[in-house]
Amino acid sequence: MHEVAAFAAAPPAGTPVSERLWAVARNTFPFVVVGGVWEIIAHLGIFPIKLFPPLEQVARAFVTLTLSGVLPLHALETLLRLIAGFGLAAIVGVCIGVLMGRSRRMEDIVLPLVAVLAPIPGLAYAPLFLLWFGPGEVSAVLLVAFVSVFPVIFNSWTGVKAVKEIWMRSAQALGADNHRIFRHVILPGSLPFILTGLRLGLAQAWRILVAVEMLAAVPWGLGWLIFGAREFLNTDVMMAGITVIALIGLTLEKYLFQKLEDFTVVRWGMMESMGA
Amino acid sequence: MNDTLQRRRSYTRAAITLVAATVLYELVALSGFFPPVLLPGIATIWKTLFAMLADGRMIEHAGATLYRVLLGFGLAIVVGLPLGILMARFKPIEYFVLPLTSALMPIPSFALVPLFMLWFGIGNLTTVLIVFYAATFPMMFNTWTGVRAVNPLWLRAAGAMGADEKRLFWKVIIPGASPFIITGMRQAFLRSWIAVVGAEMIAASDWGLGWVIFDSKEFLQTDVMMASIVVIGCIGFVFERLVFGSLERFTVYRWGMMRMARG
Repeated sequence: MHEVAAFAAAPPAGTPVSERLWAVARNTFPFVVVGGVWEIIAHLGIFPIKLFPPLEQVARAFVTLTLSGVLPLHALETLLRLIAGFGLAAIVGVCIGVLMGRSRRMEDIVLPLVAVLAPIPGLAYAPLFLLWFGPGEVSAVLLVAFVSVFPVIFNSWTGVKAVKEIWMRSAQALGADNHRIFRHVILPGSLPFILTGLRLGLAQAWRILVAVEMLAAVPWGLGWLIFGAREFLNTDVMMAGITVIALIGLTLEKYLFQKLEDFTVVRWGMMESMGA
Repeated sequence: MNDTLQRRRSYTRAAITLVAATVLYELVALSGFFPPVLLPGIATIWKTLFAMLADGRMIEHAGATLYRVLLGFGLAIVVGLPLGILMARFKPIEYFVLPLTSALMPIPSFALVPLFMLWFGIGNLTTVLIVFYAATFPMMFNTWTGVRAVNPLWLRAAGAMGADEKRLFWKVIIPGASPFIITGMRQAFLRSWIAVVGAEMIAASDWGLGWVIFDSKEFLQTDVMMASIVVIGCIGFVFERLVFGSLERFTVYRWGMMRMARG
């Protein structure tokens, strides 16, 4: 559902220059309008300038913070936390999901636990984790992992179960043993689902991480940056932080997984069989 | 193997798992390995839950949270649904809204909480707006996709049989897009349910399940936390399964638009 990310109207290469210019203009136009309205409101002084800074002030804060290295450092810290938490979730989630898909017993044992735990918003556990593991790094990473593990489990499980019976039987008829069937039929066959799960998990991890950083009292991180800036009414810093968060989120969703999908399932011609 | 037998065995195993997990938790809690303040036994949690339900505190917290969720979610439907339809029907609107959406969508709703706190203060307004922000995009996006995914053959068939624009819209496009629209509602509700808990924790007001969980951390009331988590889970489950599940059954399944998942 997120396929239609930025610049959905970007034309394929080889279209006439005028058409490409038209697409660029069309995509920038809404931003110009909204930016203009924002500027007018900010300069009219209806709201205090501290709370509603004009865009040039936000841009200045952004540049200053980037040059002084504060913003990159916060972003790096957040990304490391994301990688640690999501990496943990990906490994554990895929293993559990595949096991559930392969063994009926495993499915019966794990599914009730997952079904009970999954519908509870991950943040509800946040204070509990803070009490158990103390404020700071460990809680943040564990919480992110805990939140993002469920979509990974669910999709890997569905994926393994959705591998066509006929593929397995034909591989068997061709003399493949269990090990080979698993590696060459089940894994590639379930990969579209697993990738979807990882994608959903990462998106969720990213969403939660920002909130976790506000709650878990970590010394660095984008979530903490915007939360801390509130104390000093630095609205421009908050906006700059939000911009970075948006950019990272866009990159993760659009480029990372799109590329991964292009290299694997799309190249193998699996995506079409899933139905658009 | 017999199908019912298999199913019965699955249920038995599920029950055994849940019982085993509970017993394990209880044993760890009773072993005294962790301080009981941090890891209360099941009996304590039940007692707290019932006490809070009985004196009406829990109900008021849940009511406050539900009020915020439903208001924000309702607003999101009121805005997202027509906008999605308009985007799919009129190109200029799509050209205007789509780039803005793709820039705003990757911003997690929680990132806006501190900003909204400055703008709108602490309390209901901020929480409702955060929920609204979290829920609008899935709603709008799915509606947009759904309207565009309506089979052109149906449109042409209805057109050939003499349906005018209005009838086409109500009798073909809306039912045709409804599986996507309902999926959008479901996703939007899930998002808002997550958003409300987080927003209540950060933009603390005096009522709400998220707030009570976060507040009880200060007093080490782990039992209150657990009880509230149980309530949050139950409400989320009820909405997800009963409300949206039955909505789906009454509309798209009955119309034969969608088979039960996994065929």
